[in-house]
Amino acid sequence: MELQAKAFKYGDDINTDYIISGKYKFKSNDMEVMAHHAMEELDPEYYNKVKPEGGFLVAGKNFGMGSSREQAPLVLIHSNTKAVLAKSFARIFYRNAINTGLPVIECDTDLIDDGDQLAVDLEAGVLRNTTKGTTIPFPPLPPVMAQLLADGGLVEHFKKHGGFNL
Amino acid sequence: MGQDGTSPLAIRALERMGVSEVFDPAKVAVVMDHSSPSPIEGVSALHTMMREFGKRTGATVYDVGEGVCHQLIPEKGHVVAGDLMVGCDSHTCTYGAINVFSTGVGSTDGAAAMASGKLWFKVPDTMKVTYNGELQPGVFSKDLILYLAGQIGADGATYESIEFDGPVIDKLSVEARMTISNMAIEVGAKAGLMNADAKTLAWFEGRGEKVPNPQNADEDAIYAKTLDFDASAIGPQVAKPHAVDNVSPIEDVEGTPIAEGVLGTCTNGRLEDFAVAASILKGRKVHPDVRFIVAPASRQILLDAIEAGYIQTLVEAGAALVTAGCGPCVGTHNGVPSDGENVISTANRNFKGRMGNSNAFIYLGSPATVAASVIEGKITDPRKYLG
Repeated sequence: MELQAKAFKYGDDINTDYIISGKYKFKSNDMEVMAHHAMEELDPEYYNKVKPEGGFLVAGKNFGMGSSREQAPLVLIHSNTKAVLAKSFARIFYRNAINTGLPVIECDTDLIDDGDQLAVDLEAGVLRNTTKGTTIPFPPLPPVMAQLLADGGLVEHFKKHGGFNL
Repeated sequence: MGQDGTSPLAIRALERMGVSEVFDPAKVAVVMDHSSPSPIEGVSALHTMMREFGKRTGATVYDVGEGVCHQLIPEKGHVVAGDLMVGCDSHTCTYGAINVFSTGVGSTDGAAAMASGKLWFKVPDTMKVTYNGELQPGVFSKDLILYLAGQIGADGATYESIEFDGPVIDKLSVEARMTISNMAIEVGAKAGLMNADAKTLAWFEGRGEKVPNPQNADEDAIYAKTLDFDASAIGPQVAKPHAVDNVSPIEDVEGTPIAEGVLGTCTNGRLEDFAVAASILKGRKVHPDVRFIVAPASRQILLDAIEAGYIQTLVEAGAALVTAGCGPCVGTHNGVPSDGENVISTANRNFKGRMGNSNAFIYLGSPATVAASVIEGKITDPRKYLG
């Protein structure tokens, strides 16, 4: 399946407090409500920009550093973020994204500008920058993570197999 | 292990998995520490959910006032040297100081671990960080780890395991070692391990029935990277807003006015942190323009600090004592700063908005630096108060 959407570009070292502030994570269990605050510290308009037509969150190095809060990938999913593309990811966010079914792609994001139209085929491992007419290579997910993502996340994997089956 | 910000999602993930029991109730604990006692009805509902989970599954529940998860898990004997442990909190790496391979995971990972006793891992490369020389007066383990963050940056050890070693680590107390391992995540590390020595083994005594099984580094271990620092040349360090790796020697920020000081958290809320703060504040007063918020990391530490007279000293000096737990670190309660205010804290994170206000500025330092600063109302080198 090919995902197509616009790129919304941000910088390096985006921590999970910026993705969803600690002051909100206790306020509601409803991720649709929480999603309105996604990326608020960096861009209060993130939700309004991305929600209607979906988007790719594009960042620099070390995306998702800091707290282990799983609300971070969840509010991105609920704000209609199709995938996160970054030069590198912090490990807990990376695991949480796979576990909750948010695709994460490690690639050279210098080749993407804010507003570029992107097309991603995760199975085929192809990322195209349609605006620039370029193809950006990215390494495939390790088999364990690819399996979890293909199953729709860790909960769905457990439901399907009755436990870990990797 | 989960805390009140992460356990509810883990409990719901278990429900969605169709799992009603945990694999071994004796190995599962949930802790109410991040927003505790509850400041709003939404949190009260989450706490109720955690209590009911404990009753239903037999998992241990640490309720309001027991303390911070990262103090309770080792203090109550849930882990010993050689264990593998996962917690739904990024600072789970704290127990590396007692030779536990502990690492933070998310709530769904936590649910899978609670359901099955299993989780998948990628074996990380190891970076060895050695502190040589001798710790100088007024300099503490917090300064050593802040210094490392300043040197290698917030992603300096991403997906690596750090092994802390050297004569300076050997001389530190187990409590002081925990401060270092606690912040391994601030440079992206999966774990912040230390070898178990006689001090480590003595620390486990009387805490439970589990027998330590130390897993120390092999003499001929191969490291992805080795870093050597001369601790003799490291002075008090301060992380400036809004990043933990934005570190300066204290001389560069001395005189910065502060409106709030925080002593506590899983980084520096232990007895010896209270001891050093009390030694500085004994017979002195907190500056009238400063709020000084003090949160012991556990009920036991609170009791010990009462018995030792530290609480008396701190409260007489003008401190506001709050419930054992995370205190104001996470921005949910207990001292949210106002717009434009500077805070000096013993916590581990100073991201914008971390303490609940995006327009406040958080500086991080050792308990001594915080104690000296709250006296003067500005960031102050603690060495002038420590003989």
